[in-house]
Amino acid sequence: MPQAGRDAYRAARRSEAMRSLAFALPLLVFLVAVFLYPIGALLVRSIQSDDVAAAFPRVSAGLAGWSGAALPPPPVFEALAADMAAAQQNGTLVSAARRLNNYEPGFRSLILKTARRLPDPAAGPVEQAFLDIDRHWGETETWRFIQRASARVTPDYLLAAVDLRAGPHGLAELPPDQRIYQAAFARTFLISGSVTLICLLLGYPVAYLLATLPPRQSNRLMIFVIVPFWTSLLVRTTAWYVLLQPNGVVNALLAQAGLTTAPLALMFNRTGVLVGMTHVLLPFMILANYAVMRGISPTYQRAAVSLGAHPAVAFLRVYVPQTLPGIGTGTFLVFVLAIGYYITPALLGGGGDEMISQLIAFQMDRQLNWGLAGALSVYLVLLTLAVYFVFNHFVGVDRLRLG
Amino acid sequence: MRAGRTASRAAALLAVGCALLAMPAAAQEKTLNIVDYGGAFEAAADKAWFKPFAASQGVKIATEQYDGGVAKLRAMVEARNTTWDLIDLETNDAITGCDEGLLQKLDPALLGDRSDFIKGAILPCAVSSMIWSTVFAYDTNKMQTRPTTIADFFDTQKFPGKRGLRKSPKVSLEWALMADGVPAGEVYKVLATDDGIKRALNKLSTIKDQIVWWEAGSQPPQLLADGAVAMTMAYNGRIYDAQKKENKPFAIVWDGQVYDYEWWGIPTGAKDKELAENFIKYASTKDNIWKLSNFIAYASPRKSSVEMMNKAVLPDMPTAPDNFKNALQIDAEFWADKYDSINSRFMTWLGR
Repeated sequence: MPQAGRDAYRAARRSEAMRSLAFALPLLVFLVAVFLYPIGALLVRSIQSDDVAAAFPRVSAGLAGWSGAALPPPPVFEALAADMAAAQQNGTLVSAARRLNNYEPGFRSLILKTARRLPDPAAGPVEQAFLDIDRHWGETETWRFIQRASARVTPDYLLAAVDLRAGPHGLAELPPDQRIYQAAFARTFLISGSVTLICLLLGYPVAYLLATLPPRQSNRLMIFVIVPFWTSLLVRTTAWYVLLQPNGVVNALLAQAGLTTAPLALMFNRTGVLVGMTHVLLPFMILANYAVMRGISPTYQRAAVSLGAHPAVAFLRVYVPQTLPGIGTGTFLVFVLAIGYYITPALLGGGGDEMISQLIAFQMDRQLNWGLAGALSVYLVLLTLAVYFVFNHFVGVDRLRLG
Repeated sequence: MRAGRTASRAAALLAVGCALLAMPAAAQEKTLNIVDYGGAFEAAADKAWFKPFAASQGVKIATEQYDGGVAKLRAMVEARNTTWDLIDLETNDAITGCDEGLLQKLDPALLGDRSDFIKGAILPCAVSSMIWSTVFAYDTNKMQTRPTTIADFFDTQKFPGKRGLRKSPKVSLEWALMADGVPAGEVYKVLATDDGIKRALNKLSTIKDQIVWWEAGSQPPQLLADGAVAMTMAYNGRIYDAQKKENKPFAIVWDGQVYDYEWWGIPTGAKDKELAENFIKYASTKDNIWKLSNFIAYASPRKSSVEMMNKAVLPDMPTAPDNFKNALQIDAEFWADKYDSINSRFMTWLGR
């Protein structure tokens, strides 16, 4: 091809690419605006700590060079008095107090009480006034917390999200009766892993049946997989709530059949969570396996049998290895969806079944501790990415399909 | 031709619209903008206070609903455009709002004889509108022996069956201590110590395998009705509703009730502070404050209301003398300080 023709071809390709980009642009803008930006902002919050620096600018500056060995000098007390008065006026006092309360329960009321009772800062030396209001102001530790919270970038939330805190001698684990998050991450993985395994055991035979039946029957059966798949998650979870109750349908049937005398505890415990989540996620496993199985020719298995293999051996050694991409895809999808689960464990679970998303939501809307919620989300995102890379390494993302 | 007709029709419409808009202005009718939690409380308050006040003052009342929290209020105050005149508040918001300068200080003179109010029913920026309570309830058809004390809630030998509790350390821990013999007056003192929390959790452990945890206030009446629990923690108004409106055979045990106030507050920058003050004055008087109890089982924070109230509803009130014998007021300051650290221990305990 002459040079001119090649250039024209490239130009045409480029304008074609630009045109497709223009078509995709609304979606890209949408994704960045409502997906990437908010997620990024939340993740940034996990290391951001503006509350105290914003409310107490003078103290933050005053404590910057303080060694922490003895009480800070009187000007710092005066700065705090002035900052508290200003913060009370502009409404930043409570968020600063709440932030400090993360370090030490009781800090919130200490700050608010002090702000209420402090005399006019112009009236004279305030150091004694502080000490009169609460003895905590005479302890260097109180001031060390303020100094620590004044830093605009903090590792504290990321530490708290794995039950660690920065003590005077480096990192320290919280006392055992206050550690929640390590156990919650472990529990989230255990529940997700169990659900994935149950889905695989239940879904694989169904997918095999659907893939090997004649198309007419297979299409009819497929309705039973597709309809739940289309139904709202909340509706399905609530349906299980009705079915699994102590006086619900399942227990009534068991009792009528004479199998049980007292109602079984089927919900408000791990059983309820596993039943609900398995049902919601099963279609993903079935469809992922079905997509792969449909493309497998039955002739390989027949050849193996005709060469003398037992049908079971032929199935295990010839058929199953060909379905590995389906198993991998289904396992990956179910596991990743399961680790973010929220509604189903909240409705069907009991005291010891809290998954990490529930704890994130709790910190977000009840405790208003967005820093900790962000830090927990950071770990959840990292764990999900790790699962993704394992999947990509062993199966390959290009094989991800659902029929 | 056609365009001309459209234009003249539009002009006519505009004129009618202007006339309609001008009418209320011409009547000079003031509007009191109240924001509350909606639901049964608003319906009852409307009959007891809103309508009569509007009629007596010749003003209109507009209500708006919210889910609590001071975030929206803070945004309004910062933007210097407060569209609310009066807010229905829970205790923590009444305290926080005052600390943050989002609520105006209340003139004590509005309230008349302050000694008539139950202790703690007046805050610097808010006055209590009513009292609601967390109690435990059971189904009278299903319990052979009737539980009478908070200790019975923790006695699964004598009163077998599942127990419903809110999945939160609040009230659960208070109850555990009271059932363990701590007098109501000392509960928060004990709970402030490390050993106190351990003691409460140990008491809860004795019934842990029997507990069904709930999260929303609508769940406990349902759990009782379904027979999923033998007894459950619940909000008294919800049980009252189930008793009266659905004829459920439920009974409330008042011993160990943990009550809290609901509040009126005026936001900073309210457009019509005077009208809001008038309303607070009106709704808080001895003669009017008890009227809410005609429509819902929430009690008045004034002592004199006991005599004024309809005697038929008295037994359903948290503050009825018989019900109020062993009652504890929830300590909002305590929980605001300690919630996070106690909740960590509670959650760890739950997961064990």
